[in-house]
Amino acid sequence: MEKEKDHIIPYRTFLYVLALLIALTLTSVAITQIYLGTLTVVIALLIAAVKSSFVLRIFMHLKFENKIISIAVVAVVLVLAAVIFITFLDYLYR
Amino acid sequence: MNTQTGIVEPSFLEHKGKYTGIFSWIFSTDHKRIALLYLFSILSFFVVGATLGLLMKFELIAPGKTIMTPEAYNAFFTLHGIVMIFAVVIPGLPAVFGNFLLPIMIGAKDVAFPRLNLLSWYLYVAGVSLVLISQFAGQGPPDTGWTFYAPYSFRTAGNMLPAVFGAFVLGFSSILTGLNFLVTMHRMRAPGMTWLKMPLFPWTLYATGWVQLLATPIIGITLLMIVAERTLHIGFFDPTLGGDPLLYQHLFWTYSHPAVYIMILPAMGAISEIITTFAHKTIFGYKFMVVSALAIAFVGYFVWGHHMFTSGMSGTALYTFSLLTFLVAIPSAIKVFNWISTMHQGSLDLQTPFFWAAAFIFVFMVGGFSGLILGSLAANVHLHNTHFVVAHFHFIVFGGTGFAFFGAMHYWYPKITGRMYDTRWANIGLVLFFIGFITLYGPMFYLGFKGMPRRYYDYDEVFHAGNIISTMGSWVLYSGLAVIIINLFASLKGGIKAPADPWGGKTLEWTVPSPPPVENFDEIPVITKGPYDYQ
Amino acid sequence: MSTTPELHRDDQASKIGMWFFLFTEMLLFGGLFIVYSIYRFRNAEAFHQAAHELSIPIGTINTIILLISSTTIAMSVTAIQKKDKKLALILLCTTIVLGLAFLVNKYFEWGAHLKEHIYPGSSVLALRGQGDVLFYGLYFFMTGLHALHIIIGLIFIAVITRMIYKDKLNSESYALHENSGLYWHLVDLIWIFLFPLFYLIT
Repeated sequence: MEKEKDHIIPYRTFLYVLALLIALTLTSVAITQIYLGTLTVVIALLIAAVKSSFVLRIFMHLKFENKIISIAVVAVVLVLAAVIFITFLDYLYR
Repeated sequence: MNTQTGIVEPSFLEHKGKYTGIFSWIFSTDHKRIALLYLFSILSFFVVGATLGLLMKFELIAPGKTIMTPEAYNAFFTLHGIVMIFAVVIPGLPAVFGNFLLPIMIGAKDVAFPRLNLLSWYLYVAGVSLVLISQFAGQGPPDTGWTFYAPYSFRTAGNMLPAVFGAFVLGFSSILTGLNFLVTMHRMRAPGMTWLKMPLFPWTLYATGWVQLLATPIIGITLLMIVAERTLHIGFFDPTLGGDPLLYQHLFWTYSHPAVYIMILPAMGAISEIITTFAHKTIFGYKFMVVSALAIAFVGYFVWGHHMFTSGMSGTALYTFSLLTFLVAIPSAIKVFNWISTMHQGSLDLQTPFFWAAAFIFVFMVGGFSGLILGSLAANVHLHNTHFVVAHFHFIVFGGTGFAFFGAMHYWYPKITGRMYDTRWANIGLVLFFIGFITLYGPMFYLGFKGMPRRYYDYDEVFHAGNIISTMGSWVLYSGLAVIIINLFASLKGGIKAPADPWGGKTLEWTVPSPPPVENFDEIPVITKGPYDYQ
Repeated sequence: MSTTPELHRDDQASKIGMWFFLFTEMLLFGGLFIVYSIYRFRNAEAFHQAAHELSIPIGTINTIILLISSTTIAMSVTAIQKKDKKLALILLCTTIVLGLAFLVNKYFEWGAHLKEHIYPGSSVLALRGQGDVLFYGLYFFMTGLHALHIIIGLIFIAVITRMIYKDKLNSESYALHENSGLYWHLVDLIWIFLFPLFYLIT
């Protein structure tokens, strides 16, 4: 059982990411105060997706893990999206 | 025998660990013992479910009341479904044969998380206990069918909460089994066993593991929503509060359709192993078998609406689901073709497991074709909620998973118990069972086509003859079952001792003693060849 | 069965196992997102209006609380890797405090609704119309399930904090620590989506 050389993320990196995440949060609050119709939800979710990708890649270490885990995460999200899409094929066209 | 010390290691059955007596079983983290714990539980519940079925069929031997009230009949078919689906067929092959064989077939000493494995059995026991409690406590047993459709499931006075919680806990057990197997295959394959040198039974367990992982949580949350409806009147599926009962059906079937692939994929894997061994020939089209298993798991995730064709979905949804349903049949067809091709010009050894495999192919195809008929929108309008559907799923689930389970039981019996079963009685049992099976379920296609509804306690006189034949079939099936099970138990004491490789199989389990020692291998083997290396 | 656990220990397997478990959690909440998306589609105006009744300041503060707590627990792993036990313990305790603060905020938020008789099954809510019933049904169910996961996460973190204090986890063996962190980050991720969907869709 070889000991892998574990990758250590510097404290500073986490703090930079935190700053970015807070900035994005405040941005999403500000933007959604402006009335943009259906675009509001889309933008809010897009910002949420960007925040998530930082949490996944840095906090949860995905950037430095085996690529297969990242692919699996994306696959799971896509499967969920596909289920929602197909369900909407019912509700949209009733 | 340990080749270095010359000492014969005790088998896992004789191993003396930290605990004695029954505790050496219920506290064991040995995957082989856990497999047998599951076998004992699952077989017990199978007998419960089969007896319920027998009594239901007896009620249906004549129109009107025969032996039970209509309310009792509703409770019977509900429990029959819950037990058979959640407690027998979904855990079925993975929990018993996956647990026993997977580590050995990939050259490992156990699964990745042995304690989690034991936990999944504890959860299984807790789940089925809750289901049983629902029968006796409170206001009466559930009468919604195993599908718990809203709004009736939150309006009925019957005991829904324990039943629904029981199903939830059983789902958790299933998730943990799948998770364990997936990590085991990712991390613990023997050196040299690349993914494409892994045998097909593990491959199907791999595909199944992803379905267990990604589909089961959906029913978990749906059941929690039913609990919230019953206790809090939350309104998700209550039309008077703005909810849509059809959304319940969408969520329910988003799990329960992939669930049938949890049932059938390991069955297909076991059939692949059996056919290869008894044809003494490498499986035809190994890579196609791998890809088709993954394809079934993947495409099967998106066809759930075919359970809802007559419930009021949009036209767009209707034809999307119908198209996807036809697509998912293709990889299954590829498997059937490859099994037949494997047998072609093979050196067939006609043993009991092979007979089960051949019977499997027949009933699976009948079940599969009837599924295509049901998947056609126009035909479905006529056939939905009739006995045609009942025939379809019994052929494909009982016929499919059930036959594969018995085939696997006989195939791996020598390995697990160290004994050979009595072949004559095994074959007699099989023949009785098969004749009973066809007689019981065959007429249902006709009855359904002629319009006999399912889950109905009573029926028109015009369906009487077909029902008499069907009920008599249930008696023959049940007696076949008795012969099979009694033979397997009797052979535990009376059977001749089995060698390591009674069938001439090439996968790793046949290289270890029968029964295997606790840690399976003295030394982890190094793999250099493919799994089915016949000359 | 094994007398030498070190030989059988596979940290990568534990990590993959935790990721697979996180997938099940993603699908668990995913089912609720399915329900949310359908009912929002069918009751767009009512959801829009009802969202006004949620406090954006409290929601934003809670979001930031969880983001900071994710940062502290991630930094605690670095601390353990660098053999800085004291810093790791401080960061983990901070994480727990922040998690508890989130729950306290939630308690006051829910309390305000309960005082107005807005809760699943209440007649007041039923009178307001179907869109509102569904919005608040989803709000209580999803934030409630999320709060349950916060509690579970805090229990995990408390356990590993104690283990680190007792030197049972250290720079040579910290898989349990990392995996608890992964669970906590997931709880944060779910909130990252819950926040806009309930508070910001005004």
